[in-house]
Amino acid sequence: MGYALFSILVFPGLLFLSLFGMAAEFADRKLYARLQNRVGPPWYQPAADFIKLLSKEEIIPDDADHTVFEILPAVAVAAVLTSSIYIPLWSRNALFSFEGDVIVVLYLLTLPTLSFFLAGWYSNSLFATLGAVRVLTQLFAYEVPLFMSILGPAIMAGSWSLSGVASFYGAHPGYWLFNLPGFVVSLVSLQGKLERIPFDIPEAETEIVGGSFTEYSGRLLAFIRLAIDVEMVVGASLLAAVFLPFGLGLPAGAGFVIWILKVLFIVALLAVFRTVMARLRIDQMVEFCWKYLANAAVFQVLIDLFVKGMVS
Amino acid sequence: MAKVTIPIGPQHPALKEPERFDLTLQGERIVQLNAMLGYNHRGIEKACEQRSYISALYLIERICGICSHSHATAFVQAVEEIASLQVPPRALYIRTLIAELERMHSHLLWLGVAGHEIGFDTLLMYTWRDREVVLDLLAVLTGNRVNYGINTIGGVRRDITAEQCAEILRGIDVMEERTKYYIELATEDAMLAERLLAVGILPQADAVRLSAVGPVARASNVNKDVRKQDPYAAYGELEFEVVTDAHCDVYGRALVRVGELMESCRIIRQVVKNLPEGPIAVKAPRKIPVGEAVSRYEAPRGEDIHYVRGNGSENPERVKVRAPTLANVQAVGKMLENSYLADVPIVLAAIDPCFSCTDRAVVVHGTDGGRGRIDWNTLRTYGIEWYRKNRGVDFSTSKLRM
Repeated sequence: MGYALFSILVFPGLLFLSLFGMAAEFADRKLYARLQNRVGPPWYQPAADFIKLLSKEEIIPDDADHTVFEILPAVAVAAVLTSSIYIPLWSRNALFSFEGDVIVVLYLLTLPTLSFFLAGWYSNSLFATLGAVRVLTQLFAYEVPLFMSILGPAIMAGSWSLSGVASFYGAHPGYWLFNLPGFVVSLVSLQGKLERIPFDIPEAETEIVGGSFTEYSGRLLAFIRLAIDVEMVVGASLLAAVFLPFGLGLPAGAGFVIWILKVLFIVALLAVFRTVMARLRIDQMVEFCWKYLANAAVFQVLIDLFVKGMVS
Repeated sequence: MAKVTIPIGPQHPALKEPERFDLTLQGERIVQLNAMLGYNHRGIEKACEQRSYISALYLIERICGICSHSHATAFVQAVEEIASLQVPPRALYIRTLIAELERMHSHLLWLGVAGHEIGFDTLLMYTWRDREVVLDLLAVLTGNRVNYGINTIGGVRRDITAEQCAEILRGIDVMEERTKYYIELATEDAMLAERLLAVGILPQADAVRLSAVGPVARASNVNKDVRKQDPYAAYGELEFEVVTDAHCDVYGRALVRVGELMESCRIIRQVVKNLPEGPIAVKAPRKIPVGEAVSRYEAPRGEDIHYVRGNGSENPERVKVRAPTLANVQAVGKMLENSYLADVPIVLAAIDPCFSCTDRAVVVHGTDGGRGRIDWNTLRTYGIEWYRKNRGVDFSTSKLRM
């Protein structure tokens, strides 16, 4: 029990993942800035932003549902943190695992998106409501390709647990190469999940101001931002565990460094994505996800079924 | 989803100046657009009547921060016509030079803003970096990055040296290289095409009917350019093409603007090469004779019209400015018919609006206008009551100093 609490609250839970999330945000912002020919923020900027938001006045609209409005940011943070304990980070085994934790992790990673929808909806303001509707519309577009692209490698590994998947690819080096299409699909879906360009439609500032977070301020906004940072790290870790399963058998120290590098690599890819693209319209986004992304994910599942059939 | 009305403005991240557009939406589709102008009225026309011509010129230059030279030139042209002044050719060439540099920095600024509106901030950062080259040139030539203050009645205030000419040519070489890159980007980038093609459509007939001007009209294949049709300054002696495009959408407007960047480079090279010798100004009388004149000028955003009436005194009797945005804003309603909410920022930005140039007067709605009228005492009582009720502060005893 004590160890579980320690892993949830300190390492690799709340405290460590928050700091790592901020570090990843810095890496993302700095790279984005350098690619745009700008200087970019200093290394402590994400932490400074967080502290500044904590000290700001919290304004809750009269029309908003106060309880829901205040609880949702915490729900979002809690959900992504909980999902991290089922993901194998620096070894073949996650802290906790059971047969079927793939579903739990994907479900827990959907919760922040849902809470952002509810946050917008319960703000009871025009821009927030519009943003909330867009959050949900977008969720239906990228979630299915993301699930299917993770499903493929799991089918090949013959396990419904992320630790099982990681162990399989650790024992069969080279097999991860079959999953490269799925890696691309899940990267694009992760970009959508994190609501970043070209999929930052729910918070497109030039259209609907702050989207579902329009009414949020102060501490609550700080926690929403934190949830997004941690989600970026956890999402990248999930992708790393499933699609980049090397270096997991190494001793803890080396494995830890490799995990950090893998996450930063994925964050860098996401930063390049948002540098070279413009924001899509919601209809274009949905069309793209169902026409191309979902098909690519099905293709990935077929590859895995085929390879599995050939081998066994 | 039921119909909702969302306010774009008066304060909104997509608008760089306060102005209000109420959009009625059915889901993400626009059903109706209601534009309410007038948030930026500054009373410049009236203020000009209380100033001498030369003071009014500096005020006119501040109508717009981007096309300041356009308004100043249009104004001095009108005054010079009333006073029958013969402006020396060298002054005309220098005016043309500044005008084209201004067009370049304005179009680069637009390209960046357009990128920002569709969430393509990288384009914004790139174009604004390159725009610095032009702004630096303007600073070298006039001493200022914007509001150049180069015009005066009867000519210009600063001469250009041979070294400055060489510097201009070097800057233009850089700009031409960068512009070619933007043309390539605009024509080949799939994502840009996706967001700009068939967005904000304004057919040629509508462009003519709604009297659109400038790049908006030219992108609807209307060959309309004051520089060609009614040449002023040195344009009559220079060779250049009027860039038009038949796309009739935001994509076409972007292509016209990057095309005009290339034409501006061409014009500037000719100006530097053919810069005539001679004085840069003639002496203008302090009192401008009785008379009136209309002056047309092709500003970066379109045709700018100034009307000036003199009554023989030091001050103009009437100054009237028709900024290009006023002509183009009428077309926005047409462009936004049946389009998506996501396209509103870029369609609005595509006319390159300059609202503070446009706003002229505030309309006070009567009781039948729906908003009601309120007199000073009622307003004061209402304010005191509001603060007593909502903030617990009692202002009823405080005295007003009026």
